[in-house]
Parts: sequence; structure tokens; C-alpha cells
Amino acid sequence: MFDVAVVGGGVVGCAVARRFTLQGARVVLLEKGADILSGASKGNSAILHTGFDAPPGSLELACMQAGYTEYLEIRDRLRLPLLESGAIVCAWSEEELAKLPGILAQAHGNGVAAARMVTPGEILAREPNLSARVLGGVLVPGEHLIDPWSAPLAYVLQALANGAEVRRNTEVTGGAFAGGAWRLETSAGPVACGTVINCAGLFGNTLEALLTGAADFTIKPRKGQFVVFDKAAARLLRSIILPVPTERTKGIVVTPTVFGNVLVGPTAEEQDSRTDAGTDEATLRMLAEKGAEILPGLAGMGITAIYAGIRPATERKEYRVRQAPGYIALGGIRSTGLTAALGLAQHAWGLYAGAQQPVANLIWPQVPVLAEHGARDWQSPGYGEVICHCEMVTSREIEAALRGPLPAGDYGGLKRRTRAGMGRCQGFYCNARLAELSAGCFAAPLAVGGAHD
Amino acid sequence: MIDVAVIGGGPAGIAAALALRARGVERVAIIEREGSLGGVPRHCGHPPFGLREFGRILTGPAYARRLEAKAEAAGVEILLCHSVLGLKPGGVLDVATPEGPRTVKALRVLLATGAREAPRSARLVGGARPLGVLNTGALQAYVYLQGLVPFARPVVVGTELVGLSALATCRGHGIKPVAVVEAGNRATARWPLGLLPRLLGIPVYYNSQIAEIRGGTRVESVLLRDGTVLDCDGVLLTGRFLPEASLARLSHLVVDAASGGPAIDQYGRCSDAAYFAAGNLLRPIETAGWSFREGWTIADYIADDLAGGLPSTEGGVEVVAGEGLKFVVPQRLTRVTQLRGLMQLRVNAPVSGQLRVRAGDEMLACQHISTRPERRILLDMDGIKIPPEVSRIVVDIAP
Repeated sequence: MFDVAVVGGGVVGCAVARRFTLQGARVVLLEKGADILSGASKGNSAILHTGFDAPPGSLELACMQAGYTEYLEIRDRLRLPLLESGAIVCAWSEEELAKLPGILAQAHGNGVAAARMVTPGEILAREPNLSARVLGGVLVPGEHLIDPWSAPLAYVLQALANGAEVRRNTEVTGGAFAGGAWRLETSAGPVACGTVINCAGLFGNTLEALLTGAADFTIKPRKGQFVVFDKAAARLLRSIILPVPTERTKGIVVTPTVFGNVLVGPTAEEQDSRTDAGTDEATLRMLAEKGAEILPGLAGMGITAIYAGIRPATERKEYRVRQAPGYIALGGIRSTGLTAALGLAQHAWGLYAGAQQPVANLIWPQVPVLAEHGARDWQSPGYGEVICHCEMVTSREIEAALRGPLPAGDYGGLKRRTRAGMGRCQGFYCNARLAELSAGCFAAPLAVGGAHD
Repeated sequence: MIDVAVIGGGPAGIAAALALRARGVERVAIIEREGSLGGVPRHCGHPPFGLREFGRILTGPAYARRLEAKAEAAGVEILLCHSVLGLKPGGVLDVATPEGPRTVKALRVLLATGAREAPRSARLVGGARPLGVLNTGALQAYVYLQGLVPFARPVVVGTELVGLSALATCRGHGIKPVAVVEAGNRATARWPLGLLPRLLGIPVYYNSQIAEIRGGTRVESVLLRDGTVLDCDGVLLTGRFLPEASLARLSHLVVDAASGGPAIDQYGRCSDAAYFAAGNLLRPIETAGWSFREGWTIADYIADDLAGGLPSTEGGVEVVAGEGLKFVVPQRLTRVTQLRGLMQLRVNAPVSGQLRVRAGDEMLACQHISTRPERRILLDMDGIKIPPEVSRIVVDIAP
């Protein structure tokens, strides 16, 4: 019998599992995928937001700011990276320029006091490779870049190290709440718990309907496509370049990444499918061109990766957090979820109001350093050999990711834990080696069989 | 201090090291990131390799082993599992090794890092991202190095020579391609090689491109732009080679956007005269035999240079790829009384016309040409006289 079953191993579920475990609750995390981060959390823009442009007074803002603060507090002990890039909201038209004072006022109203107006001259002094067409901007120094996969991995590893259980390949198929306890049916057998915390992301409303008979919200999947430029582009840009946002979306961002690339995206495409994260050539081409309009040096620069993420938007803009007896839903957590996750976890713990005793002598596991500016594994002797040359991933790192308390459950999980295969050649050199090294580790192996001679 | 550091132990790099030793250069080191020498031929388990170099026909792995043995016998220092991560002015290299990072200094450096095929991302092929989308290089590493196969019924994209080599690899190892998809209206490889798919009974879709890859965990089908759906369990993206020039791109060296490789002069010299380049890093794509010969030739120039025999790069002439041409190598000519050597050219589309070398309005050379993309085009520079006031010449094709 668990105190809490967290359903969904995305960034929110991982953060909630950590928070509840640290507070002393007996936690099980149920993830239907072969690994954590199999849904919305696998594709985002990797920004740690200050909340400068979040709706004033909203739960989203409160969670983002609490999450931001907690990330900075815990990141050294979990060995999570931070690239203090700062962001500039850039105006490219008179109309956008006219909106900047409002953006600045909102930032100040949201407590982001360091935000300030910057002239084109200041912008270009800071970012000399930016298009000289820029008309003005708002500088938000506190917007930073993080590793969007190592962070949730660290959260869930800390939960595991301090007593939580993680069950992957475990889909909740039904459940009944009686006498203050749940009996959940899952694809891997029943689970008994006192409270269910719905962190099911794109399937949040499906899970809610399954458990409570009706869903209080509707997921409206919103796809975002991204283009990742080669590491040679990294020297073109220091800051996150944000557009003036519209009602619907933050718009297309041009940003460095902690991995030393430049990322352009996302689009905002409403769709019915919760799983179809497909890209299309016309949109990718548009993104590459849009990127080169803002940062002309991107023209002709190699494209390292293309991907899409799906945000679990709902029919309303705000987070859909609600509580019922034995049930807490954290729904509609969109692109701000990476920042807000730790704050949402605190908020959920407040709603739960558990009487457990916090864990004494907390264990702080450390995640591998994958950030380009950090001390990577290859810098320490004895790494064996380099397997992925583009991202300089060592055999020691691959072996570690395939073992340990939460080994990679599929190839995507291995890539997110090590960056193997994520570089400019996309596996031309290393894919076969990875197939060999990961043989027997994944339900969906890289190789489908042996070669006949 | 090393005399010459060769980065990359494929055919071009090994040939250069052999040539340098043959010229009496004392300390020649090959820095190779893999655990053995040989480069791409290590995983091309088919002939023909080695005809030019060894006078007999070998498979890729046998050829690679011979090259490796030659380098060892010639007294070349071989640094395996050493990854060069940074090129600094004057021949200073940042190198990652299993014993920890180190710096290597050399009087001259030869870049011979080869080429690789464009991955899916660089081709902007849309759709889902299931397992089973690979390049030929990766397929060959599966089959020849690991004894594994990544799919059983792939769609093969492209009909360059390497695409046909991929079909042969599939056929020899129990993989049955379901179709070949080619963007052009005919095979890129020369007749009769282009007939191979038909001989193997594999349908070819010309004027065709993949609009979308479909599948969950693994590839399930591809959608072509004309609406055709092909059921398959993998996509093999062949050809469209790109020079592996990331080291140069991240360094102070000038990289030519057209060829994708470092800009060189007729001696293979980069924009920093301590650096030279040879092999498929210079341009996509040539055979192992060509790269071997090119490595040898440029190593000869390096030996000349160490002996003080190469002319200064001062006052060089820029070479520009004009109308009809995809690129020209070399991109710069060092001024000498008697130009020698070959210009290497490629075109973007089938073309027939006059291949011209001009300085302003003055015609320096002109010859008829009829060619197609990915075909080797050579222009003999012997006899071309560049007027002293000219600092830029244009090579183009006039219809």
C-alpha cells in the first residue's frame, strides 16, 4: 500500500514523486512508456523561465517562480547544469515595439525587477550577430538554460534513492476509490494507494475520466516543431532571443542550448493526436529561414536534429489543478512545465497536506554532466573509448546509463541520458556500436537480428 | 614536437603518412579517434578496393588492414582512440585521450577526416521518429563490424554509387529492400550500375521523395510526395555526402560553404599555412583510391614545405564557383609562374556547355563539358596563365 501513486513520468511526475518522497510519503511512480519522459516532456525549449511574462497572480506564475528558486537551490547537489544566458524579447516591427512597455510592466509586476528596456545598440553590443533590423527589446537577465532531460532524471533518481518506487511499462487501465483508498488496475497488475496524483500530461483528461467518471478539462494537443543547428552556430549567440508573444503562444524562440547548439522553435499547431509528434519539411524549412532572419549566420549552417514536442494544452490557458478526495490533478501543464515542475510539486504537497515526517539524511544522487560548458566524462581519464564522436560520449557513460537504479528503457532514454546519437551525424558512426552495447537492454532493440552471411 | 600530425587514419591520411616517411620526414603521427586505422573501408565489406595502391582487388576491410600494416611498417606513430577536439593557430591540437586530455604540437598538420552521408535531419525528411532510419555507413557498421541488421525490409533512398553498394550489402545479409526512391529522373550512378535495382527485382520510384516517415517504435511505412505509401520497416538514406569538417568549422580555418570542406590552395594548404587538407574532407565524394593518391600528393607538398620549398601564400588568387557549378577545389591559387595540377568541380544539375575559366572578361581556359551531378569533373590547370593584376577568377559553365 502506497500513500501516493503518481501517474505519469514526465517532468511534473518526476518532480512530484521527488517532493512527496522527501516529505516522507510512500510513493510509486507509474509510467506507461518504456522510460520516463516519453511524452510531452521529451521535446521542449529547455528554458528556465523567470515568469516575467506569465499571467499575473496566476498559479502558473507562482509555481514557475517557486520552481525556479528550488532549481537554483538544489542543482549543485544533483549536479544539474545552468547556463546563465539571459533573454531578450526582441521587437522586429513598430507594432511589436509598442508592446514592449507593457511586457516590461508585466515583468516588474511579476517581481522580475531586473528586466529592463534595451536599445538596438545595446542589443547588438551584446549580440553582434543578431540581425541589425532589431528595433528594441526587453532584457530579462534571469532567463536561463538548463538540461531538460537530466533535470527530471535527477528528480526521479532522488525519489528512488530515498525510497520511492518507479514502475515503467505500467499503464493505468482503471481504478476504484473506496474507504479512503484506491485500487488501481494497471497493465502490470493492481496497485493500492491512498491518493492518486494525475501527472499524465497529454492523457491527463483520459486518466481523470477513467478514475472519476468524467474529466474536468479537455486536452487540446498543440504540436511544436524544432530545428537544432550545428555546434558551429553556438558562437553566434549568447542570449535567448524571444519574440513578442501573442495571446496563444510565446512564439518562435532562437536560443543556445546547454549542449552547445542553437535551437529554433517551436511552432504552435493544434491537432487531435496526442502521440503524433511528426515534423514536416515545409515547416522545418520555415523555421530554419525564420532563424536565419533573426540570426543571419544560421544561413547555410548545418542542421543537426529535427523534432517535435506536443504540449498538453487545454481549452483554457491556465494550469488545470484540482483536488478531490484521494485525487489531485496537475493538468494542462504546457511549455512552462519544465520550470514550474518543482513548484507544482510543492503546491501539490500543500494540497495533500500529509502528516508524514520528512526523510532525515536525504540522499542526493548526481546525474552525468552533459552540458557543453561542464566537465564532461571524457575529460576524466579511464573512460574506455569514445562511442559517439559528435557529442563525445564515452563507453563508461553508455554503460552507466544502461545500469543503475533507473537504466535507460529504450533508445530515446539512452540518448537523453548520454546524448549518444544526438550530434551532427545522427548515428552514422555510433548507431551500430550502440546496438551492440545495448543488446538485451531494450524491449525495442536497435538491431532486429543477426546478419546472414 | 611532431613534424607532421595527420588527423584521420583513412586512405588519405595513411597515404600521406607513408609519403612523408618515404620523403624522410622523421616524426609523423596519425591521430585516429577509432580503435583501429583504415577509415570507412573498414566497414565496406565488398570489393573493389586497392587496385591502384596494391595492384589487386580487395574488400574494404582487407584493404584497411593492409593500409594499417603499411603505416606500422613505415614507422608512423599511430595514436588510436585519440579525438582531436580543437585546432589552434600554428599547428597546436587539443586532443582527448583515454588517459586524459593533452595538447599535441606539430610543425604541420594534415586534416584528413573524410566525409559522411547527410543524416535525416540535414535532409529535413519529415514524419515520426521511429527506430530504423539510417545511413549506409551505419548499416555497413551493423553488418560488417557487429554482425547485426537494423531492419529487414527497408526503403532505400538515393542511387549514387553508395546506394547501389547498400543494395549489395542488403542482398548479401538477408535484408530485402522493398523499393528504391530517387529524386532525379534517372539513376545518379553511371550506366550500367544504375541498372542494379532492376536486376535485383527492386522497384525504383524516380522523381520521387519521401514526404513522411510513419511508425511508432519502428518504421512502419513511408509516404511519398505523390501519395504512394510503401510498407517497410526501415529507411536507408544513402549518399549526399558531407565533408566531416566540424573541426575546421569550429576553428580559425576558412571553410568553403560550397564544398563544405576547408578552403585550400593548389598545394592543399588551408588559410593557416600550418594546416593542410586532403581526401574526402575536401569535397564529396571520391573513391578510396582517389583519396589515397590525393593524400600522397599533398604529403609531398608538405615535405616540400618543411624543406622551405613552397611559395608564400601572399597575394593569392581567389577561385570562385560560378554559374552551373556546385563547387571548385582549390578555392585559392598561390601565385606561381607555372600553374600545375587539377581543379576538381561538381555540378548541381545535368548540364552541357562550355566550362570556362575567366578573369573579368578575359577567357583563361575554355572546354566543352557534358555532365551530371556527383560525377568527377577535372580541369587541368597546366598552361593557365593568371594575369598579375588579377586577384579573382571565376569558373563557370555557359550553356
